[in-house]
Amino acid sequence: MAPLVNIAGLSVAFSGVPVLRGVDLTLHKGEALGLVGESGSGKSVTWLAALGLLPRHAQVSGKVTLEGREILGAPATELDRVRGGRIAMIFQDPASSLNPVLTIRRQLCEALALHRNLQGIALKAEARRLLDLVGIPDAGRRLDAYPHEFSGGQVQRIMIAMALAGNPDLLIADEPTTALDATIQAQILELLSTVRRELGMALVLISHDLGVVAENCDRVAVMYAGRIVEEAPSNQLFADPAHPYAQGLIGALPPLDGPRRRLTAIPGTVPDPAKMPGGCAFAPRCALASESCGLAAPSLAPIADDRRVACIRAEASRRALLGIAAE
Amino acid sequence: MSPPLVEVSAISRSYAMRSGMFGRATAVHAVDGVSLAIAKGQTLGLVGESGSGKSTTGRIVLGLEPPDRGEVRFDGKPMAMPATAAWRAQRARMQMIFQDPLGALDRRLPVATQIREPLDIHGIGTPADREERVRELLRAVELTPAHGARYPGALSGGQRQRIVLARALATKPDFLVCDEPVSALDVSIQSQVVNLLCDLQAELSLTLLFISHDLRVVRQISNVVAVMYLGRIVEIGSADDLFARPEHPYTQALVSASPAPGRRSAGRIVLAGDPPNPAARPQGCAFHPRCPRAIARCASEVPALSVVGGDRQVACHLVTGAQTRDAA
Ligand SMILES: Nc1ncnc2c1ncn2[C@@H]1O[C@H](COP(=O)(O)OP(=O)(O)OP(=O)(O)O)[C@@H](O)[C@H]1O
Ligand SMILES: Nc1ncnc2c1ncn2[C@@H]1O[C@H](COP(=O)(O)OP(=O)(O)OP(=O)(O)O)[C@@H](O)[C@H]1O
Ligand code: SF4
Ligand SMILES: [Mg+2]
Ligand SMILES: [Mg+2]
Repeated sequence: MAPLVNIAGLSVAFSGVPVLRGVDLTLHKGEALGLVGESGSGKSVTWLAALGLLPRHAQVSGKVTLEGREILGAPATELDRVRGGRIAMIFQDPASSLNPVLTIRRQLCEALALHRNLQGIALKAEARRLLDLVGIPDAGRRLDAYPHEFSGGQVQRIMIAMALAGNPDLLIADEPTTALDATIQAQILELLSTVRRELGMALVLISHDLGVVAENCDRVAVMYAGRIVEEAPSNQLFADPAHPYAQGLIGALPPLDGPRRRLTAIPGTVPDPAKMPGGCAFAPRCALASESCGLAAPSLAPIADDRRVACIRAEASRRALLGIAAE
Repeated sequence: MSPPLVEVSAISRSYAMRSGMFGRATAVHAVDGVSLAIAKGQTLGLVGESGSGKSTTGRIVLGLEPPDRGEVRFDGKPMAMPATAAWRAQRARMQMIFQDPLGALDRRLPVATQIREPLDIHGIGTPADREERVRELLRAVELTPAHGARYPGALSGGQRQRIVLARALATKPDFLVCDEPVSALDVSIQSQVVNLLCDLQAELSLTLLFISHDLRVVRQISNVVAVMYLGRIVEIGSADDLFARPEHPYTQALVSASPAPGRRSAGRIVLAGDPPNPAARPQGCAFHPRCPRAIARCASEVPALSVVGGDRQVACHLVTGAQTRDAA
């Protein structure tokens, strides 16, 4: 089956400083993919670049195809149809994405008119149906309210309703629940997965919360310093991470039950994008690093079905374990 | 048992809030009859929803803001009146750390100068003593004098938070209030800071009030945990036991909603209803509109916080004493 979206060698630089350094990612229809990683590792920039949403001074290269058609650098008219139509995005900062001086009805109807060609009564009915769908009580009346008249959790749900207005094949949700409490967060994630199942929509969930991603995604990609360093089915990644950074992230999570133990912190900090080390970007913080790690940046290589890792040490030990002869 | 270092008795605090541009002012009961005691050298974790009154409680405990009702005692004595000499002496023994390390630091000063600031303000030691103390503090938070010479902008988030911690420790406080100290940090950096806090607490026998909505971090560092909902404490007990066997329906939802890798959402309690609104506090048990177990009585009668066995206290009509624990 042809992938829904294919990203190959996507690179982004701002004023000559590379922040995305060759991202490869494939997404199938209806799939839920999690994207985790350190702050600044390029999770948001990956999708902003793919959708042509970065400022002009960003230098972007690589390939991004939607069902085989190249969309990177496509004409504005074509991109406008893709964004909000085929692919919708919920941004990291929800408050700034709704217009404070327009009613929710106006904003929903605009999105619907643009992408669904609806008019008159059908348009209004659909706006109301969407608010109902995301669980805003008394939707009929609440349509005439302004964004500030809703609670934080409700604004987040309205954002989801707006994103769903174009019946997208793919929803990119960038930290959709970070500002919310655990109980409200659970409600919103439940809503997202119900909608996904009902509409057969694919989902990219960007988060730095490993737990959120583990529970809501089929597959997870871990980013570090502008690259994907590991990709695996959720359950396998969390049970048996292969990349030392992924291992560090999972070890750093305090347990909620069982005996308390000292957290295994990853020493050091992320390298400055302007002074990226040669070789593996994680090497300065890595307990397993050897001399050869500093020589060349490891590429994302398969270690099992559906599993890829960008680490020469992990790759070698996994291959040995599986009895795959190194070439 | 040593007497508590910090003792909070039935404090309340409300704010006037105007709804809409021409709306009438309504009272928001940010904190409503909260009592807490923290023994010397212990950590009390405070968790609960956004807007439940955690930060307000922290500010009142530090004497940054007076309660409308109730009292805070520090080391057996009531908090002194603000801006008096007694107050300054008391305040030198308490410090705080907030969520945003960049906001807490002055971008225009080298960080070592900022660590020294409280020593200058409180006139502690000679200038040479102060320099030595700054070096010692930098070492304590695992940074070097070279880091001290830098400006905040040239440090990572975790390093900045360690500078804030070093500055808070400068006056050798007995009591530290940490309000979301690691929420703004990456998971990998968060664990560095949490480990450091645990070490420093053990070394200096600090008493901590640790506010966070991250249950995992709170359990890691706390002896006792209190759960707040709309201005009141709904459950309190020893950390491990409380997270292993939450009794209050809100705590149960909170614990079950806290996502864990390797555990799929099966059995998760997903609450219905809207997030709570502090300006329109429901009658009876404030949690009843979202509570999956609510009975008629919950809508009219406020449940009192009462002992249900061991050191656990719960405010819920359905959790009373030993029988409910056995039934679970
Ligand atoms: N418009 C911009 N101009 C210059 N640099 C930028 C711009 N947008 C992003 N960057 C840089 O690109 C890098 C990747 O940013 P990105 O927002 O993708 O990180 P992220 O992984 O989403 O992090 P977070 O978890 O903090 O949201 C960062 O170093 C960031 O500072
Ligand atoms: N100075 C103030 N004026 C008016 N209302 C206030 C003020 N400070 C706090 N509040 C209100 O009091 C309630 C409790 O706020 P508080 O900051 O203590 O909550 P919190 O539990 O710390 O929440 P969070 O987890 O979001 O930090 C909220 O409804 C808040 O809007
Ligand atoms: S008192 Fe009633 S509404 Fe409140 S938590 Fe207990 S059962 Fe639920
Ligand atoms: Mg981002
Ligand atoms: Mg707060």
